[in-house]
Amino acid sequence: MTQKPEAVFALIDCNSFYASCERVFRPDLARTPIVVLSNNDGCVIARSAEAKPFVKMAQPYFQVRDTLRRHGILAFSSNYALYGEMSERVMTVIEGMVPRLEVYSIDEAFAELTGMAGSLDQLGRAIRARVRQWTGIPVGVGIAGTKTLAKLANHAAKTWQTQTGGVVDLRAQASREWVLKHCDVGEVWGIGRRMKAHLEPLGIKTAWDLANADARNLGLQFSVVLEKTIRELMGTSCLALEEVDPPRQEICCSRMFGDRLSELAPLREAVASYTFRAAEKLRSQRSLCKKMRVAIRTGLFNPDEAQYAKGVMVNLPYPTDDTRLMTRAACDALERLYRPGYRYSKAEVMLLDLCQRGEYTDDLFAVSQPAAAERVMGVLDAINERWGRGTLRSAAVPAAPAWAMRRGLMSQSYTTRLDQLMRVR
Amino acid sequence: MITILGPLSLSSARLPVYSFRVPAGFPSPATDHLEHAISLDELLNLRAPHIYLVRIEGESMVGAGIFDGDLVVVDRAIEPAHGHIVIAAINGEPLCKRLHRRGQEVALLSENRRFPPRYILDGDELQIWGVVTFSVRSHDPKA
Repeated sequence: MTQKPEAVFALIDCNSFYASCERVFRPDLARTPIVVLSNNDGCVIARSAEAKPFVKMAQPYFQVRDTLRRHGILAFSSNYALYGEMSERVMTVIEGMVPRLEVYSIDEAFAELTGMAGSLDQLGRAIRARVRQWTGIPVGVGIAGTKTLAKLANHAAKTWQTQTGGVVDLRAQASREWVLKHCDVGEVWGIGRRMKAHLEPLGIKTAWDLANADARNLGLQFSVVLEKTIRELMGTSCLALEEVDPPRQEICCSRMFGDRLSELAPLREAVASYTFRAAEKLRSQRSLCKKMRVAIRTGLFNPDEAQYAKGVMVNLPYPTDDTRLMTRAACDALERLYRPGYRYSKAEVMLLDLCQRGEYTDDLFAVSQPAAAERVMGVLDAINERWGRGTLRSAAVPAAPAWAMRRGLMSQSYTTRLDQLMRVR
Repeated sequence: MITILGPLSLSSARLPVYSFRVPAGFPSPATDHLEHAISLDELLNLRAPHIYLVRIEGESMVGAGIFDGDLVVVDRAIEPAHGHIVIAAINGEPLCKRLHRRGQEVALLSENRRFPPRYILDGDELQIWGVVTFSVRSHDPKA
């Protein structure tokens, strides 16, 4: 009988990903501190290492504008086209070097290295070097016997960057113990602020305290997830690599407007645009939806403005992914929600009660989506795939809406637009 | 003799799919000679994660056939060597030049007599961003 090899995972995480992306095509910014702002230039959502001492995460832009200027920190609007493309490049490079990869978020991925021959520390360093050279993005690598420990190893690689060279292997007992003892329990994957507050009165302050707690007891007291976390910290792998995302159960498209909207017409454009985008996402995961929720609201924090927020649920006549039907339904819903005299700041379209195409069984007498609609949507997606998003739109969706988000500080689309490439003399 | 292959994994490679009609009449003489369509993407390796497009401004590389407004294909996986045309940043300023590296002497050379060589001195910081593999220019007089 052959022994199953010990499980090994790596967590590869990009350092200050959004800020690093902004630097790839701007060598002049290599040492300039950078922050990236959320949609509508609202608040700080990413900071380069140099900016971290001066700006906190989630601080509103208008509050920190002076601090930024004083310290020579450059602010960028979020450029998701760029970040998405760079993320894909990073993940493709890593995919070529490991047997299996789970892309966990836009800037981190788990790799399973179980059974791989050779030095994994060297592999970690090779991944780091190649991603850096091929994409310009710095990454850290954490290696361990479980996903939870790999995540903590990665945190250690980041915290003690100069000592570790950005790669930490926690498979040896001694190094595991050292890192667990030096990490706050709040740094453990899945331990949020609320759970941390529950654990501290029990004397659990470090990751080491948690690893040595009674897994079963705490599991009963709090959740099975916590029990798994504790077992993973002790080196028993409970979480496997998830290579394929399960289709999402709901799809949401909501955005703030660049300026407040009072009239129905621009609101209708916004709702139609969000519906258009949501339906695209729906079709790309091959789902159909049975319900939609449309909501609008005014700003919530300005005491001088009248406030209004309301949503409505729409039942669709049959499970559908037809943009035209969904746009009609969403605009009808909007007309029922709309009250004149308010200054609206945000609209939201959510698709709910999703089912996978082919999985739902038609009631013998129920109406289902006509085949012609499927062909039209297929052509629509094919055209937009070939010539770029928004080439073919429903008439209700404007090409360049006046209400679009404020993104006054956005960098170029260096990788997705021929007219916006990096320019070199 | 059995050869055990490794585990199958997903690949992004796209293989052409042909649909054959079962011939009721005369078989097409072309079916034996099907080949890939020509793809500039493949020639330039444009979809690889280490390939980037950069727009050139100015006349400093005209001797190498790279003109103002041309596109160049830049490969970041190639180890830069003496003689390569590179995208390089000197003290943060990105430039397209020919890399000269002989012993201790490192310089970025233009391919235009009006631009003198730029020697890399002690206080300078040189970062090679990538190696130019192809250039693309439009010959449309209206463009």
